[in-house]
Amino acid sequence: MTKRRGWLLGLSLGNLLFLYLPIAVLAVFSFNASSMTAQWQGMTLHWYRVMAEDAALLTALQNSLLVALVSTAIATVLGVSAAVSLERSPFRGHRAIEGALLLPLVIPEVMMGVALLLFFVIVKVPLSLVTVTIAHTAFNLPLVLVIVRARLRRLDPRLEEAARDLGATPWQAFRRVTLPLLKPAIVGAVLMAFTVSLDDFVVTFFTAGPGATTLPLKVYSMIKTGVSPEINALSAVLVLISMALIAWSLMFQRTQRRMYPFGH
Amino acid sequence: MPDWLLAPTLLWMGVFFFAPLFLMLIISFASRGTYGGIEWTLSFANYRALADTLYLQIYFRSLVFATITTALCLLLGFPLAYHIARAPARWQGVWLILVMIPFWTNFLVRTYAWIFILRTEGLLNTVVMGLGLRQDPIEILYTDAAVLIGLVYGYLPFMVLPLYAAIERLDVSVVEAAWDLYASGWSVFWRVVLPLVKPGVIAGCLLVFIPSLGAFITPDLLGGARSMMVGNLIQHEYLVIRDWPFGSAVAFVLMGMVMLGVVGYLKLSGRKM
Repeated sequence: MTKRRGWLLGLSLGNLLFLYLPIAVLAVFSFNASSMTAQWQGMTLHWYRVMAEDAALLTALQNSLLVALVSTAIATVLGVSAAVSLERSPFRGHRAIEGALLLPLVIPEVMMGVALLLFFVIVKVPLSLVTVTIAHTAFNLPLVLVIVRARLRRLDPRLEEAARDLGATPWQAFRRVTLPLLKPAIVGAVLMAFTVSLDDFVVTFFTAGPGATTLPLKVYSMIKTGVSPEINALSAVLVLISMALIAWSLMFQRTQRRMYPFGH
Repeated sequence: MPDWLLAPTLLWMGVFFFAPLFLMLIISFASRGTYGGIEWTLSFANYRALADTLYLQIYFRSLVFATITTALCLLLGFPLAYHIARAPARWQGVWLILVMIPFWTNFLVRTYAWIFILRTEGLLNTVVMGLGLRQDPIEILYTDAAVLIGLVYGYLPFMVLPLYAAIERLDVSVVEAAWDLYASGWSVFWRVVLPLVKPGVIAGCLLVFIPSLGAFITPDLLGGARSMMVGNLIQHEYLVIRDWPFGSAVAFVLMGMVMLGVVGYLKLSGRKM
């Protein structure tokens, strides 16, 4: 038994090494004084300064945040309403509609990107940050829908019925009983959608016009131009941001569990 | 709450997802005009043109890459998922977070890491040649091997999470009963553990197979001219050749392959849509 455990632990640590070594290496070499080679030539913060002073990079970051914010907001409002509607008033063929709404989560990203490119060109909408935001909403909405729908299915319908029996209007019952219970799922969905939007390269690549550069588009063009320690520095920062997001979502889940012990 | 709550979603997805897809389907039957526009005479010409060896090779390569990636992820991910699921509750959380961090990290960054490591003047060659193990650099970047490394690296977390969920639900007493009845290690694995965690295995394989089949970033950044996958072919037809009807046909055949995978999954896991 212990021998088998040790063997499993070894393989698992090997897996972690495989997952983390490349990221760690990037972070370490972001402090390397040499600009061209992977040879260690002393410690410097130079590349972080270069990155902080890169105006194009900052614009790209602003664009990315704007697109992620707007597309997540629209997707959340529409996705939560759709999830509630599908749960409350099932109709003939609602399963087929639900299945179809999840299609953006399975079709290849490249296909979604070119379909939207084709559409915008044919209806003569010039490509810009607006078209990117529309495209991001189209994949964020199904994401929010799935997450919130899964949570709704596990909620006890009697809780809202009890509120109604005690004289609450349907809106009050939803606002004061169901919504607080849905909050963890909604926050989870928002974080997920926001991250997916911030990270998206493929769909953005096809739907962004000139001047509408997001952070991943900028990173891509930097990578295509060649290896530079500035990308390493940027990568290290992005990894730190994703770690912070996870820590935040975990802390949120923990406080939620203390505040709303029902329905978990 | 009445049904109108669903209307905005149906409208948004109808206009910005289903309409574009439908438009693309129609255009896949049109042809490219002399000056790059679209000639609206519908035929199966684009789909027939796909039967060319050149394109069949690209589809075949994508299938092979996706299959190898899935198999390698399963091989690497299973012991890890098993270890996490059998660890004490406190440790499970830590391990899961460790698997999720790369999953939440930008995909381009994770792909770039391999360029940094594998290129001719990269870290691997610097270390190997610095230690005097080789005189000339190992050329891995821009080969099929680099694409496979990138795909496995990119999609491994997709395999581990569903596997973990299935193994965690596995009843330990059943496995112990098999040991008590003198089953060998292999037969415990093949005849007890594997059948019980099959749903997780199937889900994990699908979650790795689908994005690998339609991969674009990995072959674009790590692959050479000879490791083009379907995703790259679509991009090439759209943005370089500018033959949108043919590019659309290429994409719909890919979508057909993906749907086949999804339907197969639903059949295997005995679920209905």
